[in-house]
Amino acid sequence: MNKSNRTYVRIAVLGVLLVALVFALYSSFVKDPGAVKVGSDAPNFSLEQLNGPELTLESLKGKGVILNFWGTWCEPCKKEMPALQQQYTKFKDKGLVVVGVNIGESPVAVEPFVKQFGIDFPILLDRQSQITKLYRIGPIPTTFFIDPDGEVQEIFIGQLDEAMIESKITKILP
Amino acid sequence: MDQRKCECGHTNPVGTLLCESCGKPLNVEIHEQTSFPDMRYEGMARRSQTNKTKVIDRIWNFFSSVKIAIGIIIVILVASAVGTIFPQQMYIPVPVPTEADVARFYTETYGTLGTIFYGLGFHNMYSSWWFVTLLVMLGTSLVICSLDRVVPLYKALKKPRLNQHKSFLKGQKLFAEGELAPEDNQEAILDASALALKEKGYRIFRTERAIMAEKGRFSRWGPYINHIGLILFLVGTLMRSLPGFYLDEYVWVREGQTMAIPNTPYYIKNENYTTEYWSEEEMPEQLELKGGAIVKSYKTEAILYENKSADVPGKKPDLVEVQKGPIVVNHPMEQDSLYIYQSGVQEMQLGALNFTVVDLKNNKKEIGLIKIDLYNPQPEQTIADGFTVRILDYFPDFIMGKDGKPATKTNLPKNPMVALELIGENGNYNEKLVYLEGTILTQKNDPRYGLEIKMPDLIDIAGLNVRVDKALPLIYFGSFIFLAGVAIGMFWQHRRVWVQTQEGSIMVAAHTNKNWFGLRREVDGLVKQAELPVTIEDKTKAKA
Repeated sequence: MNKSNRTYVRIAVLGVLLVALVFALYSSFVKDPGAVKVGSDAPNFSLEQLNGPELTLESLKGKGVILNFWGTWCEPCKKEMPALQQQYTKFKDKGLVVVGVNIGESPVAVEPFVKQFGIDFPILLDRQSQITKLYRIGPIPTTFFIDPDGEVQEIFIGQLDEAMIESKITKILP
Repeated sequence: MDQRKCECGHTNPVGTLLCESCGKPLNVEIHEQTSFPDMRYEGMARRSQTNKTKVIDRIWNFFSSVKIAIGIIIVILVASAVGTIFPQQMYIPVPVPTEADVARFYTETYGTLGTIFYGLGFHNMYSSWWFVTLLVMLGTSLVICSLDRVVPLYKALKKPRLNQHKSFLKGQKLFAEGELAPEDNQEAILDASALALKEKGYRIFRTERAIMAEKGRFSRWGPYINHIGLILFLVGTLMRSLPGFYLDEYVWVREGQTMAIPNTPYYIKNENYTTEYWSEEEMPEQLELKGGAIVKSYKTEAILYENKSADVPGKKPDLVEVQKGPIVVNHPMEQDSLYIYQSGVQEMQLGALNFTVVDLKNNKKEIGLIKIDLYNPQPEQTIADGFTVRILDYFPDFIMGKDGKPATKTNLPKNPMVALELIGENGNYNEKLVYLEGTILTQKNDPRYGLEIKMPDLIDIAGLNVRVDKALPLIYFGSFIFLAGVAIGMFWQHRRVWVQTQEGSIMVAAHTNKNWFGLRREVDGLVKQAELPVTIEDKTKAKA
C-alpha cells in the first residue's frame, strides 16, 4: 500500500469512528427522544370525557389550551382547581380551553369532585395512565400551556394561582 | 535520511527494530540479552512510526499508542469508581422533580462532598458527554492500536525469515552453539533436526543451511480476534439507542384487565394469574418447611392484542387477538422481536366489595346483592324490584383530609371508603350508609334496611416486563468472538526453533511468546534426538 492510499484508509477509519462518537454523544444528550419539551409539538391523543364524547387534542387547534394533569388524591391539584375554573370562565370566549386529565380514576370518584368545585371545563379520564406516560408526568399537578398551533409554550410543575395562570395565558391566546 | 540501511544492504522503514531481510538488530549493539529488541511485533515497524506531518497522521499516532490506551482505561476506571461514591440521580430514593431539588438532595444528604459531586456533574456521570467520549476514545484506540500492529505482524509472519543474522539468533533467550567436526554432514544434521521437530508437530521451512520450525502461529492472532469481539460488543450497545432497537417497559395488569403496552401497538389481557406450589409428594425428600411452601410456577394466562388504530394514543382501541397462552417465568410470550416476561405479582388484592342488603324489620330477609368493582364502580345498580343502590362518594384509599373532609391518598383501592344511598319502595324510601374499614356506618338510628358484609373479590395483579433488544444477538456474538480470541491467545503458543549451520559451527535458537518451559523441553528433545553437538545457554532462568 502506498502512502497516499494509507492516508485515505486512515481518513476512512477515523471518519467511521467519528460518526460513532457523534452518534454516542447524540444519544447520551437526547436520552428520551419522546419527551415533551417547551417548543415541541404537544403529542396528540384522544380520551373519553367525563359526561361527554371522546375528545381529541388536535381538534382544539386554533385555541389556546391549558392541559392540566391531576388526581383527586393530590392536595395542590384541589387547591388550584378554582383558579383554573376562574380563568376558564374569564377567557373561554377569547379562545381558551382548559382540559383536565384525570390520572387513572373511575368516574364515580371523579364526578363528585368535579361537582364540588363547579368545574365546567372538559375533564378527560386517562384510565390506564397512557397519556400520563406519554407526557412523562412525574409529580402532579403538571400543567402544559399549548398555543393555537399545538406547540408547548410552557410546562409548569406545581400549584398555580390565578395571577400565574393569567400571565401565562397571554402567551397562548390566539 | 529516514530509512535505515542494514549492513546486508536492505533498506528498512523507520521504526524497524530487526532488519526485514536478515533479522539483524538495527542500531542496537547486542551486549546483553536485555537490550535485544522486543519480539512482540517481530521487530517490524508499526504503521504509525512514519513521518508525523499530516493532522490525520498525528491523530492516528495518538490513538495507536498503547500508553495512551492504558491512560484512557485508567481515567475510565477512576471515573467509574468516583461515580459510585454517591447514588446517581436516577437512584435518588426520594422524588426530586426539579433540578434545584436534585442539587439540594446532594448537599443536604452528603454535605460539602455531595455539593462537589453534584457540581462536577457526577450525578449523571455514565451518560455525560465526557464519559461517553472517553468510551468512544477507548473504542477508537482499540481499533487503531490493532490495525497499527496487525498489518506489519501479518506481513512478517506470512513470510518467515530463514537464514537469520547471527546476532538475531544470539539475541534469543534460548540459544545454543557448537562446533561441527569437518567430517560431519551438515545436510544430514539439518535433516535429522527437521525430522525431530516435525515429529513434535512443527511446520518446517528449509533452505540449504538453515531450518526454521514453527507451530501455533495462529495464537498470535488471539489478541486481535478478541479486539474484534470487543468492538462488535460496543457496536451492539450503541445500536440500542437506534429507534426501535430497544424497549424495556413494565406493566401491572389486573386479572380481567386489558392494558396497553406503552410504545408498542399491543395490548395485553390478564385472563387469570396463578401461583403453583410443589406438593409434598412431589418432593424427593422431606423438607423442614415450617409451614412454608416452595413455589413451582408463577403463571399468567394472557391474551395479546394488536391495536389496529394505534395512530392516536388513548383513542378507543380496535383490538385484534394475535396470541393467547401462558406466560411463565423464563418462558416469555414472543411476538416478533417483542418478549413479555412474567416478572412480578401482587396477590390477593381487593378487587370488589360484596354486600347483601337485608330488611332489618323483616327478620333480616335478603333483598339483593351489591357488588362494587373498586376499579370501575357502577354509579347505580338495581338489586331488586324497585330497589336501587347509588354510590354517592368513593375514596379508594381513604384518609381524613386536613380540612376534616374524607379524601384519598392514592388512586389504588388499598383502603376503600364508599358512601351509598339505598333507594327502596320505588323511590319512597331512602337511606345513606358508609362502608369503611370493614364496618358499616349508618345515618339513621333505626334504619329499615341494613348491609351485611360478604367476602370481597380478591384478585391478583401480574407484573409483566416487556422487552425488545434487537442488538442482543450482536452483543452475544461479540462476546463469543471475544472469548474465542482470549482462548486462542491464552492456551496456544507461537513457538519457533531455528537451526543454522555456518563455517564449521551450528547454532540453535528458539522463541516462544509464552511457556518457555515447554519450549525448553522440546529443544532438549531436539538436541538429544538429532544428537546436536551443542550446549544450551539458558537465559530464561535469570529473568524468571
